[in-house]
Amino acid sequence: MSQFAISTSKPLTRPPAWLAVWTLSRREITRFLRQRSRLIGALATPIMFWVLFGAGLHDSFQTPDWMTGSMSYRAYFLPGITALILMFTAIFSAMSIIEDRHEGFLQGVLVSPVSRSSLVLGKVAGGVFMAVVQALMFVGLGWLMGRTGLADDLTFELGAVKIATMTLFMVVVAFGLTSLGFMLAWKLDSIQGFHAIMNVFLMPMWLLSGAFFPTAQTGTLSWIMKLNPLSYGVAGIRQLLYDLSAERNAASGQPSLWTCFLMSAVFAVFCFLGAVWQARRDRVAVKKAGSRNRVTKTADGHAT
Amino acid sequence: MEESVAICVKDLSFQYGDRVALESVSFSVKPGAIFGFLGPNGGGKTTLFSILSTIFPMQSGVVFALGYDIRKDSAAYREQIGVTFQSPGLDRRLTVLENLIHQGHLFGLKGQKLRHTSEELLAQFGVADRQADIVDTLSGGLKRRVELAKCLIHRPSLLLLDEPSTGLDPGARHELWASLEKLRTEQGVTVIVTTHLMEEAERCDELALLHRGKIVAQGSPSQLRNRIPGECLTVVAERPDELISRLDTELNVEAKRVGETLRIHQANGQALFGQIMDRFPDEIRSISLGKPTLEDVFLMETGSRFAEPV
Repeated sequence: MSQFAISTSKPLTRPPAWLAVWTLSRREITRFLRQRSRLIGALATPIMFWVLFGAGLHDSFQTPDWMTGSMSYRAYFLPGITALILMFTAIFSAMSIIEDRHEGFLQGVLVSPVSRSSLVLGKVAGGVFMAVVQALMFVGLGWLMGRTGLADDLTFELGAVKIATMTLFMVVVAFGLTSLGFMLAWKLDSIQGFHAIMNVFLMPMWLLSGAFFPTAQTGTLSWIMKLNPLSYGVAGIRQLLYDLSAERNAASGQPSLWTCFLMSAVFAVFCFLGAVWQARRDRVAVKKAGSRNRVTKTADGHAT
Repeated sequence: MEESVAICVKDLSFQYGDRVALESVSFSVKPGAIFGFLGPNGGGKTTLFSILSTIFPMQSGVVFALGYDIRKDSAAYREQIGVTFQSPGLDRRLTVLENLIHQGHLFGLKGQKLRHTSEELLAQFGVADRQADIVDTLSGGLKRRVELAKCLIHRPSLLLLDEPSTGLDPGARHELWASLEKLRTEQGVTVIVTTHLMEEAERCDELALLHRGKIVAQGSPSQLRNRIPGECLTVVAERPDELISRLDTELNVEAKRVGETLRIHQANGQALFGQIMDRFPDEIRSISLGKPTLEDVFLMETGSRFAEPV
């Protein structure tokens, strides 16, 4: 191929993957913090749910078997809302890939030397960070309410070890959810399409995770809940938060903490690999991008 | 034959399902040249651009660029190219400087050196004073400049620009081209640009006319214009079709209808100008005489009009 030879003055060192992952996740976080509406959507809505449902369902709630002593609905619902915050932030952050594509930013990353797995990891890591920070803030709020006597039914302790294990567990859960969101959003054309998926798929997934009402013991519903990966996320957060006894847990058919960790990790790995696979075989997505390019051009042409 | 080329493309074809977007496109670009693809929208420019920038996978053909087979060595190739798409590729929620820093990280640059390069580039494009501003607050022209600075952060040896003056006013367009020419002269950067604007095409060293996925003509703008000898007459007639047949029978002149006007190429245009005015005074609303333009070349090569968008 000597006739094609042209001297390239630069040494050929691949850019390090960590730098790309770091910069892409930093960008996610910066963008998130600059959009107030996203902050409110991800944190205020779940808190509002918690306050309203907590008050509304207070009288009709019965303490489940696995709990020693009595438990208020508000206390029961707290881990569920924590999971909802994780889910909202994770999914909304992944959804921004649609915006990235429309704004042309994604194309710029696709023609840079960054590998597709770094691209996915950067996007996911940013989402995980924000999701976990917000979920911890919410847990901290609950703790503070219990501490100050504002809510005497919230009586859980928060020590360094507990915070560390909960953070670790939440990272695993959020990693799975953000990757799932990425996988869903990659092929989608519009934010509207994503909302549809959110309503018919993600909200039911959350509702049937034991977040909203206790896991059914028998029947089809119990199977759906057992197959739902988020059930293990919610159960894990609940067990960690309230230091539930392992024996009672097992006796009432609840998954053990280890099962929760394992299932969430399997879900996270599965979704992440799925997202990378999706990003690599981008033929379809790319075709869409091509047709969109032309649309953008005329739109721009008319706009200016 | 030892000839140094920046890019060599052979028999490149691309299909969207059944629709052929590119058909056996071959061309080569010398290092340090500004090479333009001129064609109407839908002619295949964006498809070609998407393949050269590695956004689209290759279906058939060979592309050797900067010493790499881009199908096999896309990662190494990507390190050496700077790409700007038609749609702005800046993150509009970040500041100008943040955009450049993030881009630098993607190419493995970091620290003080990256910051220094970014500031230098922003100064070079006259946007240094806006570096702390959020991109969304910038005008279209300024955004383009920032984008150009962004795609130069890693000092690419090949610059790919898809319709770079989309959304720019004439002043900003002129500035953009001045920067491109400067880059080429000072740093020997090879530039490939797609355009549907004649005025831009005139500024390229070499041009390829792209029509329905094929290169119909190639050469420097003046070489292309010289394909049409003599002059070109543009006639606005009262009854165009009738005038075409009368020109044919009475003067033995072939006229092409282009929209509402007639175009006539003639070796001795001046003489014909007088003849037409004498013979058909009532048929003519207006008539003008000029040297052939690239648009005439396009018309001659393709038989169809180059619809000039506003």
